[in-house]
Amino acid sequence: MPKVKIDGVEIEVPAGITVLQACELAGVEIPRFCYHERLSIAGNCRMCLVEVKPGPPKPQASCALPVADKQEIFTKTPVVQKARNGVMEFLLINHPLDCPICDQGGECDLQDQAMAYGFDRSRYHENKRAVPDKELGPLVKTSMNRCIHCTRCIRFATEVAGVEELGATGRGESMEVTTYVEHALSTELAGNLVDLCPVGALTSKPYAFEARSWELTKTESIDVLDGLGSNIRIDTRGAQVMRVLPRLNDDVNEEWISDKTRHAIDGLRHQRLDRPYVRKAGKLIEATWDEAFGAITTKLKGMDGAKIAAIAGDQCDAESMVALKDLMTALGSPNIDCRQDGAKLDGPRGSYIFNAGVHGIDSADAILLIGSNPRTESPVLNARIRKRYLHGRCAIASIGPVADLTYPVERLGAGPATLRELTDGKLGFFEKLKAAKNPLIIVGMGAVAREDGAAVLAMARELAEKLNAVREDWNGFAVLHTTAARVGGLDLGLVPGEGGRDVAGILAGCEKGEIGAVYLLAADEIDTKRLGKAFVIYQGHHGDAGAHRADVILPGAAYTEKPGTYVNTEGRVQLGRRAGYPPGDAREDWAILRALSERLGKTLSYDTLAQVRSRLVSVNKVFAAIDQQVPGAWGPFGKAGTTTDAAFVSAVANFYMTCPISRASRTMADCMASRAHLMAAE
Amino acid sequence: MLGDKDRIFTNLYGVHDWRLAGARARGAWDNTKALIERGHDAIIDEMKKSGLRGRGGAGFPTGMKWSFMPKEVKDRPHYLVVNADESEPGTCKDRDIMRHDPHLLIEGCLIAGFAMRAHAGYIYVRGEFYNEAQHLIAAIKEAYDAGLLGKNACGSGWNFDLYVHRGAGAYICGEETALLESLEGKKGMPRLKPPFPAGAGLYGCPTTVNNVESIAVAPTILRRGAAWFAGIGRPNNTGTKLFCISGHVNKPCNVEEEMGIPLKELIERHCGGVRGGWDNLLAVIPGGASVPLLPKAICDTVLMDFDSLRDQKSGLGTAAVIVMDKSTDIVKAIARLSYFYKHESCGQCTPCREGTGWMWRVMERMVTGNARLEEIDALEDVTKQVEGHTICALGDAAAWPIQGLIRHFRPEMERRIRARTEKLAAE
Repeated sequence: MPKVKIDGVEIEVPAGITVLQACELAGVEIPRFCYHERLSIAGNCRMCLVEVKPGPPKPQASCALPVADKQEIFTKTPVVQKARNGVMEFLLINHPLDCPICDQGGECDLQDQAMAYGFDRSRYHENKRAVPDKELGPLVKTSMNRCIHCTRCIRFATEVAGVEELGATGRGESMEVTTYVEHALSTELAGNLVDLCPVGALTSKPYAFEARSWELTKTESIDVLDGLGSNIRIDTRGAQVMRVLPRLNDDVNEEWISDKTRHAIDGLRHQRLDRPYVRKAGKLIEATWDEAFGAITTKLKGMDGAKIAAIAGDQCDAESMVALKDLMTALGSPNIDCRQDGAKLDGPRGSYIFNAGVHGIDSADAILLIGSNPRTESPVLNARIRKRYLHGRCAIASIGPVADLTYPVERLGAGPATLRELTDGKLGFFEKLKAAKNPLIIVGMGAVAREDGAAVLAMARELAEKLNAVREDWNGFAVLHTTAARVGGLDLGLVPGEGGRDVAGILAGCEKGEIGAVYLLAADEIDTKRLGKAFVIYQGHHGDAGAHRADVILPGAAYTEKPGTYVNTEGRVQLGRRAGYPPGDAREDWAILRALSERLGKTLSYDTLAQVRSRLVSVNKVFAAIDQQVPGAWGPFGKAGTTTDAAFVSAVANFYMTCPISRASRTMADCMASRAHLMAAE
Repeated sequence: MLGDKDRIFTNLYGVHDWRLAGARARGAWDNTKALIERGHDAIIDEMKKSGLRGRGGAGFPTGMKWSFMPKEVKDRPHYLVVNADESEPGTCKDRDIMRHDPHLLIEGCLIAGFAMRAHAGYIYVRGEFYNEAQHLIAAIKEAYDAGLLGKNACGSGWNFDLYVHRGAGAYICGEETALLESLEGKKGMPRLKPPFPAGAGLYGCPTTVNNVESIAVAPTILRRGAAWFAGIGRPNNTGTKLFCISGHVNKPCNVEEEMGIPLKELIERHCGGVRGGWDNLLAVIPGGASVPLLPKAICDTVLMDFDSLRDQKSGLGTAAVIVMDKSTDIVKAIARLSYFYKHESCGQCTPCREGTGWMWRVMERMVTGNARLEEIDALEDVTKQVEGHTICALGDAAAWPIQGLIRHFRPEMERRIRARTEKLAAE
């Protein structure tokens, strides 16, 4: 490890890092604009200049300079200070003084650093430069006068998002960041550009002029709009969620989030269920909690448990799911399911989680996608695969949907037949997987959420075992979930009990009249027309498909409005925190179930959140390991059988609208329209 | 003064045949095989001994530059790149080499390529040099047809291919790493160094970028010996050099002279003197637009080589001598150069992108005296803020002419400001 002297203090640093990183390790702050840990080094802002000995007699850009043994680094000399002041002055001469009306105000790198390194007046008496604003789509607002040409946005789009759509035209002071031919960015990660921009050149369009950063209450929480469980920060003002920002978690989302995670939140303001409803004479009438519970009690009293069914939705917290399960058990019903899409997943834990972990993608050296389009199913995870691709020496192939995943993918075929051939070693890619040290098999919902899903799953297991992909030191069998509640539901055993019905069975039973009552816990992704004459209780937060069909509506809380436990696709248990309260009479979901159980005479055994959480742990120990990825047990799963010829189809056809929240979001509708426009133009 | 026997560029003025036959008659391609058979290291050694310093402006020893290339070709091929993007205002030496003596360059490419173990060379020709590129392409074709290039070039057993690539006319593409970017098909923006091209250059492979003149003199140096070349000029500033003299002289010209020739002798002997006589001289920019100007007092005695010009806080640069007599509006002349740098800055790094525009705008006001006296100091301060803080040398190049102006012609700038203030006050 090289030893360097930073401002006279000797420190040992890891080899291969840059001078800037070494200074950070030593606790010496180096101002910077263009440098970003997760992007390539540009070295163009020149703010991070330091003096280095031995070296040329002029200051060096510390972000691009590798540390060397016995190097002496000076960060506080007059030369360095002069350089920083000079760069600061240059950045400011053409930067508009519009901080009071700039959305970046208060969280602006330029503003902060100008306080530290700037002058209190300008020596620049010429006219400032004017740059036309650019149209980058419904999410990113531009104010190009403010651009300081750090090229972070260009590098993010090119490297992380994998869309080479941003670039710079013109030379010298005429240089402009642009999309060349004006069009919206065709990436699902556009919102991150706003975070990356160190100034107010790129700001959030939906959030424009909505709030100031210092007015907001910040709550650290977990995203539920896809299966990744991105770590987020929810910023609220009063009861309203103003914006969602990513939190750093290298194991999950690094520091990116998808546009849906970030911008679907305006859906939380529309179509909300804020009071109970009871259907009378075919019409949903506003009711009190008492009346709603009364209507349910009347209907369920004396009903045979086998005639009652429950379906848990895709964004439920584990607390409400365990309460639902306990209530159904108390009512004597084995008909419970959390797999609205009919995914044939119910084996040991290793069969339904992303065993390798998201960070495992970094060490995979051959990747096979089965029935998955990670770009729409989990854009951030897709960016991780792209990162792996950029690192080199990783073969990637796909069986299933054709799509531009932002990295080259060898397409082996469309459906189960190809998987069979591959498993039997008849395709060339088998050898690549076999030769790989850490082969990664990503199984999407498109492969298992179908009639022959169990047989496909069995084949995937066979392949994994043949490749020796499941070992002590590596488990390359990875299921990519598209929903936030699924792994938690499976961990809690929300699958049909003995003689119970799954979702398809429940719907068939409803049609035949064999099921008398269905409890939908925020379950909207089923075909509600097939619920027949069953008595439908809908508990949820949005007036979506389920509420439309319901006989009784119990208003619940959305993910931002309750403390909740979620298990992401890799089996990591994470805690979401409450950022605000649900609207009107709506309540936390587990508490609704607890209250209802009392009316039904089957009182659940917990009264506080802490008690529910200890109940979670007693059902499955993984819930005790918060923020950790608990490895899944391996064992036989899937069911060998015949498969159909039907091609695998991605579980997410439309990235922007996958749940009641995103369907209620105007921003997501705008994104869809913009993307459709883009596709039509192509 | 350089004698005719010591001239390398014997067809500098294009009076003879530029094609292969003519070049051969002048001694080019004479037993090149034997030169190559001396071996990689011997050639590099000879170049080192000759004391040749890069002719593109920075004056880095050419032999040493070649020796930075890895001694063995590993998994990445080596490349030779010739910088023929001659855009420095006032400079037109490479142009005459390419159009009148292209075979000197081509033979030099083969020898340099061999010395640095490269099998491919690229000549990046300035976009505006259309006819020069045509000559070069024709000459390369002749060389291929005669077996001088390509497989087993000159029967030496070394394979060497040479390509001509035409730029699109950006000054910055003459910076070696920006040139590599441009050659790779990207926007011409300088790269961060390190890594230097010898480690990771064109397509990430070991590359050496040399000026046309540096390469073109190599075969003659090898033929006549390092001692001959080192014997011309002064220590550490050896050999012959093409000077391009333009501006207010009676006969502007390109001329090959020995390094270290007095500036006055250069102008009087080859250019027919300054227009209106030596005493009518105001100032000289001795090395292309990038270097600070020298007032007449210094011009009287200064020698034209790297070290003596550096001692006068200027530089030899590309040895493009721009002569200005007393009819010149010196502030306006430098302001025009500032405009050039503002126009040619690539826009990548902050000090240059923002600073060149600022300096030009202030300079424009200085021309009419529309400024305050303290702004001269502010202007100088801005040039210091640009200098040494940028990725490439363009920032320095933009700062130096203004620094030279302030250093030597500050009274003139102050006079204009005072005159304007007084005139406004009188009105």
